[in-house]
Amino acid sequence: MKILVIEDDREAARYLEKAFAEAGHTVDIAGDGETGFTLAEQGNYDAMVVDRMLPRRDGLSVVASLRARGNDTPVLILSALGQVDDRVTGLRAGGDDYLTKPYAFSELLARIEVLQRRSSPKEAETVYRVGDLELDRLSHTAKRAGQTIILQPREFRLLEYLMRNAGQVVTRTMLLEHVWDYHFDPQTNVIDVHVSRLRGKIEKGFDTPLLHTVRGAGYMLKAASAGTPA
Amino acid sequence: MNRFRALMKMTAVRLSALYLLLFTVCALILVVYMTSLSVRLLTSQTETAINEEMESIGQSYQRGGIAGLVRSIDRRGRQPGAYLYLVADPAGRIVAGNVQSIEVGILQTDGGITRPFAYERYNEGNDPKVHTAIARVVALPNGIRVMVGRDLGEPEQVRLVVRRALGAALGIMGIGAFLIWFFVGRRALHRIDQVSVASQRIMGGDLSGRLPVSGSGDEFDRLSDNLNGMLARIQELNEGVRHVSDNIAHDLKTPLTRLRNRAEAALAGAKNTRDYRAAMEAMIGESDQLIRTFNAILMISRLESGYSSEEMQPLSLASIAEDVFELYEPVAEDAGIKLRLGGLDATPVRANRELLAQTVSNLVDNAIKYGRHGEVAGEIELSIARVQDHVELTVADNGPGIPPDQIERATERFVRLEESRSQPGSGLGLSLAKAVMKLHGGSLELEDNAPGLRAVLRFPVGGENE
Repeated sequence: MKILVIEDDREAARYLEKAFAEAGHTVDIAGDGETGFTLAEQGNYDAMVVDRMLPRRDGLSVVASLRARGNDTPVLILSALGQVDDRVTGLRAGGDDYLTKPYAFSELLARIEVLQRRSSPKEAETVYRVGDLELDRLSHTAKRAGQTIILQPREFRLLEYLMRNAGQVVTRTMLLEHVWDYHFDPQTNVIDVHVSRLRGKIEKGFDTPLLHTVRGAGYMLKAASAGTPA
Repeated sequence: MNRFRALMKMTAVRLSALYLLLFTVCALILVVYMTSLSVRLLTSQTETAINEEMESIGQSYQRGGIAGLVRSIDRRGRQPGAYLYLVADPAGRIVAGNVQSIEVGILQTDGGITRPFAYERYNEGNDPKVHTAIARVVALPNGIRVMVGRDLGEPEQVRLVVRRALGAALGIMGIGAFLIWFFVGRRALHRIDQVSVASQRIMGGDLSGRLPVSGSGDEFDRLSDNLNGMLARIQELNEGVRHVSDNIAHDLKTPLTRLRNRAEAALAGAKNTRDYRAAMEAMIGESDQLIRTFNAILMISRLESGYSSEEMQPLSLASIAEDVFELYEPVAEDAGIKLRLGGLDATPVRANRELLAQTVSNLVDNAIKYGRHGEVAGEIELSIARVQDHVELTVADNGPGIPPDQIERATERFVRLEESRSQPGSGLGLSLAKAVMKLHGGSLELEDNAPGLRAVLRFPVGGENE
């Protein structure tokens, strides 16, 4: 994946470049808003990470201008602010996701990868399949190897989100955001408990695990044979 | 001149001078008015008296002719009094009366003479004086002129008395103004000077200093009291900041040290990749906790600074309570605690959904962490009730609760009551809840649930105002 990072803090930018490279992505760095805008217009990027406060041109204005010109590259906005309304203004300006500094790189990586995948046609599918697990979004049913799994409404949404992003790492805050629609950081392991319950329902009685814990990052739903995600 | 200017800079002096000026002008106007009024009155009385006198002399003339007239004039002129009588022949020579000489032209005037004129009297011994008078002159058909007048000594005396009174009054007022300045002004200035000196000392860094209060309860005392209240608040905030920075230092130093120790231990002792991995993961865990603490501190500061553009909208707390219940129910169950939903009143309040969900989560989280109590089965109830003009969201547990003497401290930043030190957490949950409630115009109350703790979020009902 080709990622554009618009970030004026050189140290942070270099770190992002290195970390994204290790995850198998190529990175271009822009040190200010104007350069970032020019690069974004010329290069064909799969995703962008944009800091809010930039020299020469504010991050939100860069994103808004790109959107106005029909550029719909997924954008994750980084901010040192970090209150609910900041997130709302960030998303209103055309950002697709929002992350507050300080953040864990694993969180940023997971979000960027999911963002990039979001533009794929998976959104339109009505039935998700991962290995022998099947989820029908219209009839609200889930089956594994033909056997119906009874899920609570929230568990269904949790599984739906995990399956939509199968092969991708999803973090706990991403789950809270998309399944519960809250953006705060839950203190204890509330999400873990929900995930482990879901895991019990979809894996009990089956040999192959599907729902994997990615240490230090989050969870990934993946069929055993699927190999490394693209 | 400079001294005068400095003097005029003092409020008290300026005020005294202004009062003095004002009183003087008023007094002058009053005196002039009174004088002219009384003089006019006296003059008109005098004219009436002169006319009556003239009438009576006229009757004597009709009865006894010229001789009767002169007799009458002689008789009247000998009586003591302020009247003037005079009879003159057609040449203007004085024939009878008590006037020795008279201003030229007066006798030639016919009718009333209201303008004061000078004359000299008989019988004034060796020292004849010029007097002023008003009079009436009548010319008889045979050319003889008769004048009756009255001396103006009385109105003159009135004027004199009034003038003297005015002088005295002005003197007294001057002295009064000076006394006012001396006692009120100097005293006030002295108090202000005291306040100035005290504030300079406080500006010098001694925040514990206070302005003097005399105890009389006057304006200066009230001002000093208010300023002292302000100083106390500043000192409190200052100490709060120091307290917080101490706590930040402490709460961040501990995990930072742990972080460093882990890195050091991994470098020194790890034998293989697996060891390194474990150490790294533990370090990431520590860092995440640090980030959480930081974020909580930032958020509290932002909420407490009063500046917040958080979007508020009318919403029902019930949906938030249900969400949090649903989110925490499995965790509670794993911890062996029964999390229950009680009655959920649906009155809308103006609130920020995110902040409130976080606050309620924190409270439930606390109840799960600290609400365990020996063998008693843990129970937590989440309920919403309408109490008069408030809506109260309550998280009640049956755990050990908080001792009454520590309840006040529990919402202070970083305070983790001794028993709970062993539990993970930033110690910021309750202070965050307090800050959020302040932003919502409500309050956080911690009450005894006997046994256990009741955390109550109290909201004013304002949803329908939107």
